[in-house]
Amino acid sequence: MSTYSATLGGRTHSFAGLAGLLAAASPERSGDRLAGLAADSAQARVAARWALAEVPLARFLAEPVIPYETDDVTRLIMDSHDTAAFAPVSGLTVGELREWLLSDAANAATLAALAPGLTPEMVAAVSKLMGNADLVAVARKVQVVTAFRSTIGLPGRLATRLQPNHPTDDPAGVAAALLDGLLLGSGDAVIGINPATDSPRAVRDLLDLLDGVIDRYSIPTQSCVLCHVTTSIDLMERGAPVDLVFQSIAGTQAANASFGVTLGLLDEAYEAARSLARGTVGFNALYFETGQGSALSADAHHGVDQQTVEARAYAVARRYDPLLVNTVVGFIGPEYLYDGRQILRAALEDHFCGKLLGLPMGLDICYTNHADADDDDIATMLTMLGVAGASFVICTPGGDDIMLNYQSASYHDALYLREVLGLRPAPEFEAWLGRIGLLDEGGEIRDVAGSGHPLTAIGRGLAA
Amino acid sequence: MTERQAIAPESDAALWNSLRRHTQARIGLGRAGSALPTRHRLELQAAHAAARDAVHSPFDPDVVASALAGAATIRVRSAAPDRLTYLQRPDLGRRLHDVDRAHLPRDGWDVVFVVADGLSSRAVHEHAAAVVRATTQRLPSDWRVAPVVLAEQARVALGDDIAHALGAGMAVVLIGERPGMSAADSLGAYLTYDPRPGRTTDADRNCLSNIRPPLGLSHTDAATKLATLMRRARDLGRTGVSLKDESTPALP
Repeated sequence: MSTYSATLGGRTHSFAGLAGLLAAASPERSGDRLAGLAADSAQARVAARWALAEVPLARFLAEPVIPYETDDVTRLIMDSHDTAAFAPVSGLTVGELREWLLSDAANAATLAALAPGLTPEMVAAVSKLMGNADLVAVARKVQVVTAFRSTIGLPGRLATRLQPNHPTDDPAGVAAALLDGLLLGSGDAVIGINPATDSPRAVRDLLDLLDGVIDRYSIPTQSCVLCHVTTSIDLMERGAPVDLVFQSIAGTQAANASFGVTLGLLDEAYEAARSLARGTVGFNALYFETGQGSALSADAHHGVDQQTVEARAYAVARRYDPLLVNTVVGFIGPEYLYDGRQILRAALEDHFCGKLLGLPMGLDICYTNHADADDDDIATMLTMLGVAGASFVICTPGGDDIMLNYQSASYHDALYLREVLGLRPAPEFEAWLGRIGLLDEGGEIRDVAGSGHPLTAIGRGLAA
Repeated sequence: MTERQAIAPESDAALWNSLRRHTQARIGLGRAGSALPTRHRLELQAAHAAARDAVHSPFDPDVVASALAGAATIRVRSAAPDRLTYLQRPDLGRRLHDVDRAHLPRDGWDVVFVVADGLSSRAVHEHAAAVVRATTQRLPSDWRVAPVVLAEQARVALGDDIAHALGAGMAVVLIGERPGMSAADSLGAYLTYDPRPGRTTDADRNCLSNIRPPLGLSHTDAATKLATLMRRARDLGRTGVSLKDESTPALP
């Protein structure tokens, strides 16, 4: 194994292999400490960054952080690497890539062309040399546009996932939360439910409920019930109205195995979802969730730091042209991201890395109650990610998810972000909001409290 | 303002009140500009504060010991020295403090109940003793039940270490669940047959969650389910994914 080193503070710090170097260069993070991978001092951390800045990008193609023979995600990364796309930056070091990304040479067109030439490890490496503002500035320049019944990722737009979860999947309870979200102008990225059970019958009932509402009100959006991919494949074979096929994914073969998925299974889901062709303005039909810490939690990280492993999950995602990818950034708990500061940093890293690799990145900006974070952290993250050009965010009623027991952004938070940054919903959805009477003269969401609006039939019908 | 808009507030309240019967989700909150009205903002902060306090309130083993009314108890700590370490180092919360290991009397126990603070000592203070008592009453009288172990800064897998040290054949860990904003006092129960530290995995456990009367599972229902699972675990010689809770009908 190669050794990397740098001298700082009168001491020479050495790092074993690229994996060791990447881990030591990561900002302080409880998960890397838990895994025994964090730098052992503040100076060692900065020394690792000095050494990392000198590493040629081409080195990442020669030294996989997890062996090619033992991991199918490594094989996917190496086998799908586009040498021609890589050519413009092939002579740069990691430090030089940072400066190139920040320069005017990097714009929407050059970054889109570069994406297939970058590997997750390269983008993870450069992110470790960037400040939070750098991560915003570069991500903002990247444009990734996808479409199904609405178009996601256009400049000046912010979409939202409406998440009407219910602890027992009660249809009336789901419908009530769905109505609340629609009246607040949410749901253009997807109307997505985390079901309480993975039972195919329960998932089917929710799919039918959402499909019925979308169809009855001609809403230009897509539904998703976030069940295991095998459940979706089974339901598609039975003719269920599946718009988007969902799966949680991670950055190693072993971590994906802990989710019960393989690349072969995802290939199968991709074919099945595309063949349904239920989209109207586009055919991106997959939805992936990721998040730092899942590989460590599954004891499947192979000594790679949690942010680099997370970036490797994006290599899995981009194979399937997804409509949406989001990192559920603060979901697992403080053993991986301790407080609001660590969650914010991870959110910016994930968004930056995903976009640079060519993905339609959104976020579930969230925290659990045992992390040291609160609603002000949500506001800070939301604002920075809005500036950074996130494709979409997840929204829950009042920011409180009663099924998953965590806090996320609220529909109100999305209204705030659209207002302060002048962002608008997906164009098809925005036109629908106008048709259904939810936009005022200025194009803002009207404060329609409810009772007089035709959409309230959604709630009344099911709650009767 | 039109006549219809003028009467809207009253009927809106009626609409949302009727919908709220179906969900605890925070729907129909109204708006102040784009933001929440003051009352709802403060209500959310109050719920968050209750959840935070639940995570950080210290565990008081005396509360549980006195509620157990005379049953023998033993107090132990995990290897996590304080709350801050506990939250960041789950590995330490799964391991017994070396000093406390010596206090555990090795004997041929059939089962040990471990009352573990987990992420909500409030849940443990309010529900654990009642569940232990009701479950013990439902066990065959010839079962040898170890003294109840009251464990501080504890994760679920600490029960493996405790049961192993005691030589107990089965562990029931009653632990405070991660608090949500709508439920800060929820207790979980984890049943493990033949627990072995380092070898037992989460797939080897059976779990009952949301023990939290009156909104969640009642103490007696939890005890009945637990005692049934425990008898079947002993008959089968295992717990985990192959031991299903058959007291509730499976989904079609």
